[in-house]
Amino acid sequence: MTAAVEFQNVSRHFGPPSAPVRAVDGVDLTIAEGSFFAMLGPSGSGKTTCLRLISGFEKPTGGTIRIFGQDVSDIPPNRRNVNTVFQDYALFPHMNVRDNVGYGLMVKGIDRRTRERRAEEMLSLVKLEGYGDRKPAQLSGGQRQRVALARALVNEPKVLLLDEPLGALDLKLREAMQDELKALQTRLGITFVFVTHDQGEALSMADSLAVFNEGKIAQIGTPAEVYARPSTRFVADFVGSSNVLSPEVTRAFGGPQKWSSLRPEALRLTPADGVALAGTVTSIRYLGAGSRISVMLHGTEVAALLPAGQPLPEPGTTVGLSFDPAALHVMDQV
Amino acid sequence: MSDAPAILPERGIADRLTALFWRHPRLLLAVLLTPPLLWLGVVYLGSLFALLLQSFYSIDEFSGVVKEEFTLKTYAELFRAQNMDIILRTLLMSAAVTIGCAIIAFPIAYFAARFARGKWKAVFYLGVMLPLWSSYLVKVYAWKLILAKEGIITWAADGVGLSMVLNAILAIPGIGGNSLSTSPLGTFIVFVYVWLPYMILPMQAALERVPTSMLEASADLGASKAQTFRTVILPLAMPGVIAGSIFTFSLTMGDYIIPQIVGTSARFIGLAVYQLQGTAGNIPLAAAFAVVPIVIMLIYLTIAKRKGAFDAL
Repeated sequence: MTAAVEFQNVSRHFGPPSAPVRAVDGVDLTIAEGSFFAMLGPSGSGKTTCLRLISGFEKPTGGTIRIFGQDVSDIPPNRRNVNTVFQDYALFPHMNVRDNVGYGLMVKGIDRRTRERRAEEMLSLVKLEGYGDRKPAQLSGGQRQRVALARALVNEPKVLLLDEPLGALDLKLREAMQDELKALQTRLGITFVFVTHDQGEALSMADSLAVFNEGKIAQIGTPAEVYARPSTRFVADFVGSSNVLSPEVTRAFGGPQKWSSLRPEALRLTPADGVALAGTVTSIRYLGAGSRISVMLHGTEVAALLPAGQPLPEPGTTVGLSFDPAALHVMDQV
Repeated sequence: MSDAPAILPERGIADRLTALFWRHPRLLLAVLLTPPLLWLGVVYLGSLFALLLQSFYSIDEFSGVVKEEFTLKTYAELFRAQNMDIILRTLLMSAAVTIGCAIIAFPIAYFAARFARGKWKAVFYLGVMLPLWSSYLVKVYAWKLILAKEGIITWAADGVGLSMVLNAILAIPGIGGNSLSTSPLGTFIVFVYVWLPYMILPMQAALERVPTSMLEASADLGASKAQTFRTVILPLAMPGVIAGSIFTFSLTMGDYIIPQIVGTSARFIGLAVYQLQGTAGNIPLAAAFAVVPIVIMLIYLTIAKRKGAFDAL
């Protein structure tokens, strides 16, 4: 099976060659056909530039990009059968919803009746039947997002790119849209490439994900792999705010003298007497479904996540910590 | 705990006024709007109304005295062949100047809105505004010299062997003439030059409001550059084009200096008004002539609105 998208040593540098800004720096990447792929990273990590390299709005300064096996170096955006849901949705304000959705068909020269029928189909796919006559300004943020989605899907793209599409929505709507996007992807079987800085979003939706840091890919894998076995300190910290333990602390926790990560939910509190790992509670953060306890030991702040209902220690008291040794993940890279 | 009071003391008149306007928000609006509304209502609309009123009077042909009785006789005079000539000539020139300005202004405005940043933006504004700093008359007389038979254009055309082309253009009936400075083409060139900034600036403002992502979305969905221009850029820039065209259209229709200095001495509406109210003393007909551009502008804007030019507002 050919890969939907393939990056071979792709770079995108900005500015003068003497002092380039390396937005994307030597990225190798393979996105399987029909998968839901997430590009995760903090702002400025190169994930959006990678997306724009796929859509053709950026040209690589080095390397090769292939879409379904074809080198797209010389193919302008309008000839790539790849569509984008833009972060600001970029709906055309002077057209009604139906014409917005039918735009991709209009520029292909498809007759009005066919494209209006297709637009209505797309609108019902995103549950916006009957909204065709409205202008984008008359819609809510969530509705605009659906229109942008319908508009991007009307051309039946081989790859759908989504640039932080849920960023502008409130929490409740975001969660509902996550489920819907996932269901839509499964149903249509189109390859989705999703850019986000929200690790929860990436973990819950993606089949596989790439974690970006400073223009490079820090780790690629399934959400479970990346979450449980982060390959670098950055990934451990960024995906799920793990405890990152220095080689000395790892040793004190019973591991080898290497960097390691330990999930907050893997830690349990015990009475302090006679335990090897004991420290002082520095702060308690109430999270609703549980509480996050910060404990200072061996000069490092370690966070433990306690489910709700357990008795909470007072700040300043000494507590013991225990965990399943298998949960301690030792990292080979630094 | 700081011992600062929860309510701060009032510090004189400014605070008292602030409190007054905070309690009565409409009062501030009234204070701000009354002077400009008085100006608009009395000086501006008042004189316009007076003008309209004058146009319904007529002049006694023998005594030259204005008869202050309501009549449509003066308007009927507009339809005489020589007056219709003036109106048609002005209308055609205004339309040509507007189209010419729009075509020349678009690339400049597009560059300024999409690509110019920092220093280049300043260069753009300076370049557009600089001609407005010098006197209008100086510019028009300068153009008369440039376009004259002994002027630099004829000289340059001779120099590069293009005088044949220039002569061929000048030989075209309707727009040509003895030299550029005595031809309708010359009038057109000078009009386009002097009104161009009024087209560039609103166009640039409109284009600046089109986010890049919208152009990208169009390309992303498969549109060529030409399709993006026609279906996205142009409709979104239209309010700016219309705003600019209101300037170029009405300024050309009202101008009475350029046609006097450059071109054939054929009369335009502005010149007709100038002569009718001055030497001829026919205020009613001058007023009726002055109403023509207003009516034309109203028709123009109605058509523009019908065509959806303001949909993107």
